[in-house]
Amino acid sequence: MRSARIPTRRFWPAPVGCTAHNNVFMDELLKILASNALESREAIARMLDLPVTEVNRRIAEYEKSGIIRGYQAILNEDQLDLEKVTAVIEVRITPQREGGFDTIAGRISRFPEVRSAYLMSGTYDLLLFVEGRTLHEVAAFVSERLAPLEGVLSTSTHFMLKTYKRLGVLMHPDSADERLPVSP
Amino acid sequence: MSASLCLHDRLARHVRDIPRSGIRDFFDIVSTMRDVISLGIGEPDFDTPWHVREFAMFSLERGATHYTSNLGYLELRKALSRYVRHQFGAEYNPDNEILVTVGVSEALDLALRALLNPGDEVLFHEPCYVSYRATILFAHGVPVAVETRAADDFRLTRAMLEAKVTPRTKLLILNFPNNPTGAVLDRQGLEDIAAFVRKHDLLVITDEIYAELTYDGPHPSLVSLPGMRERTIFLHGFSKAWAMTGFRLGYACGPAELIEAMMKIHQYTMLCASSVAQKAALEALTRPGNDVSEMVAEYRRRRNFVAQALEDMGLACPKPRGAFYAFPSVARFGLSAHDFALRLLQEEKVAAVPGTAFGACGEGHLRCAYATSMDNLKEAMLRMRRFVGRL
Repeated sequence: MRSARIPTRRFWPAPVGCTAHNNVFMDELLKILASNALESREAIARMLDLPVTEVNRRIAEYEKSGIIRGYQAILNEDQLDLEKVTAVIEVRITPQREGGFDTIAGRISRFPEVRSAYLMSGTYDLLLFVEGRTLHEVAAFVSERLAPLEGVLSTSTHFMLKTYKRLGVLMHPDSADERLPVSP
Repeated sequence: MSASLCLHDRLARHVRDIPRSGIRDFFDIVSTMRDVISLGIGEPDFDTPWHVREFAMFSLERGATHYTSNLGYLELRKALSRYVRHQFGAEYNPDNEILVTVGVSEALDLALRALLNPGDEVLFHEPCYVSYRATILFAHGVPVAVETRAADDFRLTRAMLEAKVTPRTKLLILNFPNNPTGAVLDRQGLEDIAAFVRKHDLLVITDEIYAELTYDGPHPSLVSLPGMRERTIFLHGFSKAWAMTGFRLGYACGPAELIEAMMKIHQYTMLCASSVAQKAALEALTRPGNDVSEMVAEYRRRRNFVAQALEDMGLACPKPRGAFYAFPSVARFGLSAHDFALRLLQEEKVAAVPGTAFGACGEGHLRCAYATSMDNLKEAMLRMRRFVGRL
């Protein structure tokens, strides 16, 4: 039998006036931007019940501190029929004295072909998303640039075939609103 | 067809005499038009959380396609008992004090039919959900509307109730957070009403379907107040907070004797709620997640946006504190609520339901549901502003 677990919190955030109050709004501002970076400052201000100047100030602060690192469009590249391949590469590396994983991970990350890089738990250490125009180009990057690096023990390359979801966005949603136009 | 067969005369009088719902009339007009932005939809725009839908499919595969106990799966009733205790502060025995129903609508119907004798008076507050008056009449009760006002933020007060109570009053129906006004009751307001109920020895049906959707503080439930649990039928369901309207799943909690009486009707008319919907509800309740809190956060942002936009265009609106409706006044333009809504629809293609659909005292108001995307809300507010500017 499934054991029932009841969530141990109410569904609304910290009460007005408590010390966490500011943080609740900070998080919410970022949540809005993370789901739609083009949302107008005026609309954000209304949604959060804050003056526009305050919204502007906070966003500027996030940008300055580097918490917001940029704004990008989420593309469905399959639809563009580009001459482009993406590979996911598992890399095993030897941590270095003093630098640990960071030195070598930093060195790998600086190649423009590497679009994303993560340190992982499990059977390998780094997970890379690498882009190139052709399969050969990516293969050449791996064999000539990545694998020979000092500290890289092995690589395992997987090519992506189709994108279903990226950055939390479905690429092929069934978007029809099934609801009746007016209901009680 | 025989000319002498007049079916109209053969309908039951108490059914025949109930007018068509105002919402249906409006729906008929809207459904002939294209590119309408609808603020008229009384259900969440969010999809049912995926894990709930996925579990429903899994349940079908595993064969949850049979009748269940009349009361509903015991496992679900146990989960409901824990949820109600935690969220609403009242203890109900899953064996005989909880009944799983086909939406809150069925539960309301069962409760009224189980309690009312012909001629019993039922107090309910207007503006309100469209079905209360009709459901009371179907149960041969006498509906007694208590009108709430914009000036009081559409809160129900003891004085309003005292003015309408008679020796024949048997029952009070409460619905806070409220559809269509977005009003909520605070604990003090609720305690005043509880005192009124005790003084006149009434029973209560409290429809708290929007309980999770409050934006300025937690929802106090009537059943958490002293002396209320034993005279109250508490109604709740999964449609609003979990965006599960089409699953049609609600439940009633109450003293065993009342639940037993409701069960009597339920077992003969409905037998049980849909098995797969019950499984889905169990998943919604028992899998920890942020389903509800994330939707609440989004509704709050929209509430803030819409309330501000309405104010900016000069439509006075008591601050909506719960559910997902704003109920602004459009009275100052000299149009009836119906004419305002119709012209807004025809001239700007924005659908919002005239307040009169929710009771006569909704005249001069418009129900704007913000259960639609921010993009739609922005465009709708822009169009409304343009429309109001022309009046």
